[in-house]
Amino acid sequence: MQTENRYIRQIQLPNFGREGQVKLRLAKVLVVGAGGLGVPVLQYLAGMGIGTLGIVDGDTVAVSNLHRQVIYDMEDVGTLKVAACRKKLSRQNPEIILQTYPFFLTTENALEVMSDYDVIVDATDNFAARYLINDACIILGKPFVYGALQYFEGQVSVFNYQGGPTYRCLFPTPPDAGQIPDCNQAGVLGIVPGIIGSYQALETVKIVAGLGKVLSGELLILDLLGHHNYRMKLKTNPENQLITRLADDYDSPICETIASISPEELLTWYETRQDFLLIDVRESHEFAQGHLENAQSIPLSKLERIPMVDLRKQPVVIMCQMGSRSEKAIQLIQNKLPDATLLNLTGGINQWYQEIGEAYIQ
Amino acid sequence: MEIKLFGITKDIVGRDMLPVPANIQVHTVTELKEWLYQQYPGLEKLSALAVAVNQTYAEDGTALDSTKEVALIPPVSGG
Repeated sequence: MQTENRYIRQIQLPNFGREGQVKLRLAKVLVVGAGGLGVPVLQYLAGMGIGTLGIVDGDTVAVSNLHRQVIYDMEDVGTLKVAACRKKLSRQNPEIILQTYPFFLTTENALEVMSDYDVIVDATDNFAARYLINDACIILGKPFVYGALQYFEGQVSVFNYQGGPTYRCLFPTPPDAGQIPDCNQAGVLGIVPGIIGSYQALETVKIVAGLGKVLSGELLILDLLGHHNYRMKLKTNPENQLITRLADDYDSPICETIASISPEELLTWYETRQDFLLIDVRESHEFAQGHLENAQSIPLSKLERIPMVDLRKQPVVIMCQMGSRSEKAIQLIQNKLPDATLLNLTGGINQWYQEIGEAYIQ
Repeated sequence: MEIKLFGITKDIVGRDMLPVPANIQVHTVTELKEWLYQQYPGLEKLSALAVAVNQTYAEDGTALDSTKEVALIPPVSGG
């Protein structure tokens, strides 16, 4: 009887009803991060009656959180976020089960923590955690509801839902450290994560209750200053669904370890007939205008689709016009073949022309 | 052709919409990127950047013409 009254306003919805409420009660949802995004997700999911809510966060409440993480108050400052959430959410809805995990998600604990849940909500604030959640969800075959923001712009999508695209289909590899500011560096207006988190709570309920069209296969970008919202259709890259184990470390981007070879060194390799493979990742029309002897043409745009032949037998030199696309190619190949020896030709064919000239050009 | 800019690309270019001059001929996403990198070297430093053509995720080889609408979408991490 109590339950009936608690949820009466959503049970009376024609597309939701008693059936929808039962689906919510039976659902287990894990919210990773109890900060700007996680707080509204938790408050709404608890209110709406998700049967089991897991909360992962190793952080404590700081005064500078209060303007946007509106579940917390002055008395919570210095206490664990998960403890404060448990206290408030159990008052808000005593009929749901709350599981708290007072630590951050890591390669060691992610699979175990996540395995009990049906849907994961990525309410984190850093790239390492986002890629970890993505990879773990692929391994476990679970959908996850993604939300992220910078300034007044938010991104929302549902990844790995019924074979749909993953986070890596949108951004195959993390950006280099320091390129993209986080909330601590950029600043954030209190309401912005509230809105993005509310979208995440909505998508979670849609998945659980089978309501409407789930935001899978596309990225929604919310421009909260101008309300020029943008939607981008995504494609599933099957390669990204093949992940079978987590990376040892999500904090150090692979790009920091890219090795290079100068045109002069490569010239010596040619002259001494060293055994190496040369891959030119420029587009075929660029390749046709002039390329190095024995170079194989595999444009970067096709590289993701081409099965990785055995590149581990000899050193592989990757080149392009100026040395930037080849860096990306190396990141892509390194993801699939971590033990291949890959070298970036510094400055690409442009630098070769400048320093070496026409030698070995065809 | 017009390019919509999101996230950090808006800061690098200094506006949220960038028209490509009519005399600039770019036929693929790669060629567009090369033109953009010349105009705004800061963009080339972004190691992760998605490009949408007509609101669909595009690969480097995706064909472009003046009727297409392009968007640059970098990752964002805040929460």
